[in-house]
Order: sequence, then C-alpha cells, then structure tokens
Amino acid sequence: MNVYIPTPFRKLAGNQAYVQAEGQTVQEVLEHLARRYPGLATMVFDQDRRIQAHINIYLNSQEIHSLQGPDTPVRDGDEVAVIPALAGGQVLTPEQVMRYSRHIIMPQVGPVGQRKLMAARVLVVGAGGLGGPAALYLALAGVGTIGIVDFDVVDLSNLQRQVLHQNDDVGKPKTQSAKETLLAYNPDVNVVLHEAPLTSDNAMDIIPQYDIVINGADNFTTRYLVNDACYFARKPLVDAAILMFDAQLTVFVPGQGCYRCLFPSPPPPGAVPNCAEAGVLGALTGVIGSLQAIEAMKLILGIGEPMAGRLLLYDALSGEFRVVKVRRDPKCPLCGDDPTITELIDYEGFCGAPFPGRDEA
Amino acid sequence: MTVEVRLTANLQRLAGGQRAVQVEAHTVGELLERLDHMYPGFKSSVLDNGQLHRFVNIFLNDEDIRFLQQLETPLKDGDVVSILPALAGGQSGP
Repeated sequence: MNVYIPTPFRKLAGNQAYVQAEGQTVQEVLEHLARRYPGLATMVFDQDRRIQAHINIYLNSQEIHSLQGPDTPVRDGDEVAVIPALAGGQVLTPEQVMRYSRHIIMPQVGPVGQRKLMAARVLVVGAGGLGGPAALYLALAGVGTIGIVDFDVVDLSNLQRQVLHQNDDVGKPKTQSAKETLLAYNPDVNVVLHEAPLTSDNAMDIIPQYDIVINGADNFTTRYLVNDACYFARKPLVDAAILMFDAQLTVFVPGQGCYRCLFPSPPPPGAVPNCAEAGVLGALTGVIGSLQAIEAMKLILGIGEPMAGRLLLYDALSGEFRVVKVRRDPKCPLCGDDPTITELIDYEGFCGAPFPGRDEA
Repeated sequence: MTVEVRLTANLQRLAGGQRAVQVEAHTVGELLERLDHMYPGFKSSVLDNGQLHRFVNIFLNDEDIRFLQQLETPLKDGDVVSILPALAGGQSGP
C-alpha cells in the first residue's frame, strides 16, 4: 500500500512523497517502513516501538485512534499518512493536512506555503465569469479570507459561464450565491461579502483590507477605479478581461506599471462592446479566471515569475497564448514620474459611463 | 515587407471576420493605411487625428510601438503586429 510521507520527513525516505510498505495492520506497515528507512524509524517510533505522541497516523483520511489504533487492520489499496504536528506558527489540523495534501507535498508550497495561503486575504471584484473560477480555486486552495464585491443578482443568462451560481440561484444576490458555493466547497475559508457597487466612496475602505485584488469587472469605469485604488493602497492587482474568444491577463505591481500605462484612457462608450453585447465563450472565463487564481497564489507563495510587466493574450480560436511586454509609462498620470492623479477621481465622468448598479434600484 | 496582423475581438468585425491578415508595409503607419484600404473605415477605429487611440495598443512582436517609434516603427518580413483594444469583460453585463 501507499504511505504518504510529509515534506519534513521526506529526505529520510529517499525524497519520495509516497512509499510502498506492507503489513496486516497499521503498526506492521509502519514497522516495515522503519526497517527500510531507519532515519524515519526514529522520527515515528519511540524506544518501545510505540508511535510518538506528536505524530498522527491516518488511514484513508481517518486518524487511527478513532479506529483501532496501531492494530487497525489494513488492506491493499489503503493509504496511510504520517503527519507530524508542525512546530512554529499556526499548526495545520489533520483535516487541513489531508485536504491540502496535494499542495503541501510540493516543495514550492509545503506546510509553510499552505499557512501563507491560509493567512492570505484576497479581494475578488465581481462574482461573475472571471471572479467565479478565481474565487473557487482560491477557496479550494484554502486562501483564508476571500472578499467578494458585487451588487448584481443572478440572471439566467449568467449560467452559461458563471460557475459559482446554479439554476436555483437565479434572482439571488450574487454575493450570497457565491458565498454558499464557496463554503460548500470548503468550509475552512472565510468569505467576506461587500454587497454594493465598488465606487470612489467605498474603494479605499474595502481594498486596503486585502493583500491582493483580482479584477473581474465588466466595465471600464470600475476597471480604472480598481486600478487607481490598488495603486494608492499599494496592492498587487491581477487584472484580466475577456470578449468573445479573446482574453488579456496581466499583474500590476504598484510602481511597475498600471492599467493606465497600458490603456491611458477608456474607449468612448459603445466603441468596444461588452460581453452582453458581443458575447463570450463560457469556458474562456474558466481558463482566464483560473489563471488569475494561479497568479494570486504565486504572489502569496512568492514563487515563480508573476505576470508583472507581461500581458498574456489568449486567442481561443487559434488556440494560441502569446505574451507581450507591459512597461511603466514615465508619463503615466497615476504612476509616472510626474503624476497628476493623486487621489481617486470622478470615474463616471472620466469614462463617460456610470458605475453599473448605481442607477438601479 | 510582409507582416502578419492579428486582430482582437471586435476589430475582426471590421476585417470581415478575419483574425489574422497578411499585409505588405514598411512601417506601422503604412500598415494601417493598407488595412484601411482593404477594410474601409478600419483606420478610424484605431487612429484619432493621426494618433493612435489611447484605448488601442499596437504591439510589434512583443513590444508596444509607443516605446518604439510609434507609427513610424519600421517593419521587417515575418513580423507579427497585434492590434489590441482595451477589453472590459469579466462579469455579466447588466
């Protein structure tokens, strides 16, 4: 059968996450393991061949003391996991260790990275096509606090792509539907709802409460607001937009360029259609929202190369991903050398379009 | 100089649904003239008084032409030019 070896013990077991061992009971399996890996023996057993008190043993996700202890019989195909209590900081519960095991076994995450995810606070602007899969994967990964800003209610036409909402949710506030779905997937996370349009009045109250912002807004007015507020609050912004079969994604790190460096001003109203007018391939939102979750997790974990300074272009019809450069514009009115925008402005005037939802009852 | 021009989303409509077009031109500016000749009205959706609209970016290969020589940026055989308007989509539109 397979025995799961956690990261701290892995070097004692030939750097393997899973090793094979045999026996009729949990005790016999561990003894077999100990004979093969003597270093592991001293970690798991005390001098009397009893399992050390700070080590928990799981058989198929159940702690063995809730079964028959070390004498619990095992069968072919069972999985035994050796889980030590972790020193320092917040300790992962046995359930968390099992739930997040496929992340924890990767050295780039490990228990320390998992605790970073659990301590992280990510704001998702818009519980729709992009925000849905982004929030979903963050919740599955155990990102501790997920904030959701939305004012809308679930409409039947959302269900072609918006994975947080189901048929019975039509008519329900999107924030509420999102929270129910995320908690059903993982009750271990804290979902904070901001049920209002994001505006100049509330953006600087909401955004500073978070570490990272994921932008899934459907309009330019909100996009410029989120960009500026993230810059003022010094928060990284994982930005993406989609239309029809095309998508754009990048990460704006304050001081390394912003949305205004890329697009200095919005198109006049009507010049670029939105998804309601031109359509969008549903599964495209899943691809790009998932990429946003990945970029947020990379930032939280401090691993890999964030998409800062690079714009990913995905053309679903040709099946091509391309990357072009995004530069900080020294003439940018927000983050340039001589900024003229030093606080939030009138975005409705700037974009010639109201914040959606503001004029709705 | 034959270059490939990639068009995003709504700009494809102006080009009869084409996502990629082969165009002969020596500079980006000349390329836009050629596109306008092929697809009348194309130029006005990208340029405003001879300047690039501020919600449209043109990339030569992976570089924004604003950081090269703008519309005078020279082209060479095999270059890929992407014309990219800002997109807003994410959520549903109300």
